[in-house]
Amino acid sequence: MLVKAKGTQQSVAASRLLDGEAVWLGAGNTWVEDVAQAAVFEGDAIAQALDFAKAEEKRQTVVDVYPLDVEITEAGTRPTHLRERLKGIGPTVRRDLGKQARQPAA
Amino acid sequence: MPVLDRGLPIDDRWTDLADDQDIPAEGAVIVSLERWRAERDALTARRDAVGVRLKSNQLATEIADDLGSLSLVALEFPKFRDGRAFSAARELRERFDYKGEIRAFGHIIPDQYLFLTRVGVDTVVVPADRVGPAWAHALKEISVAFQPALGREEGSSLLRRHLKGTVPA
Amino acid sequence: MPDTHAPALRSNQPADAHAAVYRYDEFDKTFIFERVEQFRAQVERRLKGEITEEEFKPIRLMNGLYLQLHAYMLRVAVPYGMLSSTQVRRLARIARVYDKGYGHFTTRQNIQFNWPKLEDVPAILRELAEVDMHAIQTSGNCIRNVTTDQFCGAAADELVDPRVYAEILRQWSTLHPEFTYLPRKFKIAITGSPNDRAAVQVHDIGLIARKDEKTGRVGFTVYVGGGQGRTPYLAVKAREFVPVEEIIGYLEAILRVYNQLGRRDNIYKARIKITVNEMGADKFIGLIEEEYARLPRQKFHVDPAIVDAIQSHFAPPPWADLPAVSEGFEAAKEADPAFARWTRTNLTAHKTQGYAIATISLKPIGGIPGDADADQLETVADLADLYSFGEVRVTHEQNLVLAHVRQDDLYALWQALDKAGLGTANAGLISDIIACPGLDYCALANTRAIPVAQRIAERFADLDRQHDLGELKIKISGCINACGHHHVGHIGILGVDKKGEELFQILLGGDAGTNAALGEIVGPGFDYDGIIDAVETVVNTFVKLRQPGEIFIQTLARTGHAPFKEALYARA
Repeated sequence: MLVKAKGTQQSVAASRLLDGEAVWLGAGNTWVEDVAQAAVFEGDAIAQALDFAKAEEKRQTVVDVYPLDVEITEAGTRPTHLRERLKGIGPTVRRDLGKQARQPAA
Repeated sequence: MPVLDRGLPIDDRWTDLADDQDIPAEGAVIVSLERWRAERDALTARRDAVGVRLKSNQLATEIADDLGSLSLVALEFPKFRDGRAFSAARELRERFDYKGEIRAFGHIIPDQYLFLTRVGVDTVVVPADRVGPAWAHALKEISVAFQPALGREEGSSLLRRHLKGTVPA
Repeated sequence: MPDTHAPALRSNQPADAHAAVYRYDEFDKTFIFERVEQFRAQVERRLKGEITEEEFKPIRLMNGLYLQLHAYMLRVAVPYGMLSSTQVRRLARIARVYDKGYGHFTTRQNIQFNWPKLEDVPAILRELAEVDMHAIQTSGNCIRNVTTDQFCGAAADELVDPRVYAEILRQWSTLHPEFTYLPRKFKIAITGSPNDRAAVQVHDIGLIARKDEKTGRVGFTVYVGGGQGRTPYLAVKAREFVPVEEIIGYLEAILRVYNQLGRRDNIYKARIKITVNEMGADKFIGLIEEEYARLPRQKFHVDPAIVDAIQSHFAPPPWADLPAVSEGFEAAKEADPAFARWTRTNLTAHKTQGYAIATISLKPIGGIPGDADADQLETVADLADLYSFGEVRVTHEQNLVLAHVRQDDLYALWQALDKAGLGTANAGLISDIIACPGLDYCALANTRAIPVAQRIAERFADLDRQHDLGELKIKISGCINACGHHHVGHIGILGVDKKGEELFQILLGGDAGTNAALGEIVGPGFDYDGIIDAVETVVNTFVKLRQPGEIFIQTLARTGHAPFKEALYARA
């Protein structure tokens, strides 16, 4: 179940309308498929990012927009909650499927 | 707001009155159930027709004894997902044999329109920016049904065809 | 073993000509293709922004399309679990062309594809329509796919074949104008055997088909208000006997009362079980009876001619006249102990001499419960053609069934299944686990469920040990919505989120069968590693306590939960 974001550092997740791919709001208001590249927002920027994402919903780009708690690591943005980490990789019972199965970005 | 009949906007003779609006001397009016109960005598003393609005939590039984005085019953959809009005319409037609107009208003999407006509609803109130070809189209998308219907399309039921080897017209 | 017995080879009919699926006539076909085009237009309106996601969501759900954690998910209806081999091959094709090469069979006898694209879904629905299939009302707040006994029409213990009635209910409920925006989803299950294999008492409506002993009339005992989820209830009996002619009228009455009075203020209190229990069963049943008494019953009368017409779709296949004992079968059991072991768990008595019902396990040790890849689906279709009149069934326990196999053919069948990874001898045993998709796929889940099932199966991988333990049903849900039926597992496991960590609670004593019962939580939960040890502790306690011939649930009933609790928590 979706867990309410309440941390100081948050990202914005969504699913692409056309194919359902999990995406996150990245730098420069683009949607990225790799959670490590998700932009991290703090303070008022969180609400602004959500506003942009909601507007994207109205433009038929994405659906199911929500904020999530993250932390910044050497490998990039990392969700703090298990559900959101799994969303970033794919099913743990099928390592050959989903994002985890793709070639890591160079 | 535009009123649709058979998918197309019609000239509507009804005035939908809020509870704090004065009752005009002439013209057909629709009032809330509460107002109908409170001002019934004044309303029936007028020459013109009266209709009553039911909220989605007000059952058809609440108006059953008054149906002889009412030319219209309007059923509210506070959210399109709240499907109580489908049963209210069905009760009005099937149980209380109501022959007047049944009108649906509130949040309704074209994809519900065919179902509404099949439970006995005649007209639908739609916000102006939502009037479009989708409504008329919705009535034609599915030409067969598995259940007997009420209202104008009464009769057709795919289940029944097993008896006759054909779908009744 | 030569397969010269196979009916398909002796006839120029299609191999699945006798599969007991409802075959569409021109009106059904008109309807189903119109429905596909309707959805295509709805998708177009959505992509153009003419309807919002909020408005589109119920529409796509009523066409089986969810948005899950990683992608969309399409749930395809398998009406009362019956498939022809042609349909199974089409599912395999869809898995390959539009998905990632596999499908997942569910506890509601349906199949799910985990990776379709929204833009492809109209094309998928069209492919389904071509083989008389659809995804209508597999989700949404409407009457869902009617489920039934996977052995119907074949089981020796059956009194009434429920399929014809399940099909009548399917047609009646399809795009029902009044009952498509209910307070919440609505599930009907129906069985025709005194040994309930359809778990009717944990459904919104449960029907037990039976014959009136005096008159020979067919009718139903009607249960209402059962369900699992976060507040499980066993259903209450609404009527002892509703004759078949009256069943649709009676269901109309139940649904109308529920549609008007079911709660709409709180999604967690919107199921009919809550309405029944908040109002009191007597009062609720009284309202049903009042509504039923005043309905224009003639309008909903199920004419015997309708029943007969639909019955013809479920005519028994042309079983051969066979000796009661197959010498080949007996010899194969003698010669091959692995086969003999499979026959002990995966066969059920058939009502016709010389035949057997074979359960195909989709629970290979370490596999994902209910998953089958496209190759396996095609293998099953081929074997169904060869050995079972081209018919395949889906069980609510996420397995498949070939219902009419000659005993002479069982050995060849099992060898072919075994080669395809489908021959595990574990039906009804500890590794035949029901698990919901859990957090590996599901957007609502709190924890994973599949890997818990996999690790339990691996812990008990030794089939001799499993057979020694006997019937033991483990059911795992990754959240309190209970899609993994944990309330009715002999051992139920419920995953909960504890501060971002997965925690698993154990329930004991549930039963989905004729003696339906809800399990009770034994105590504090276990972590992801600890849950496997805990299950083994429960099982070892059973082995210590059991008397000769007892299965787990019987021992538990005799000893109570105390010794199990003690074993689980004494160490702490």
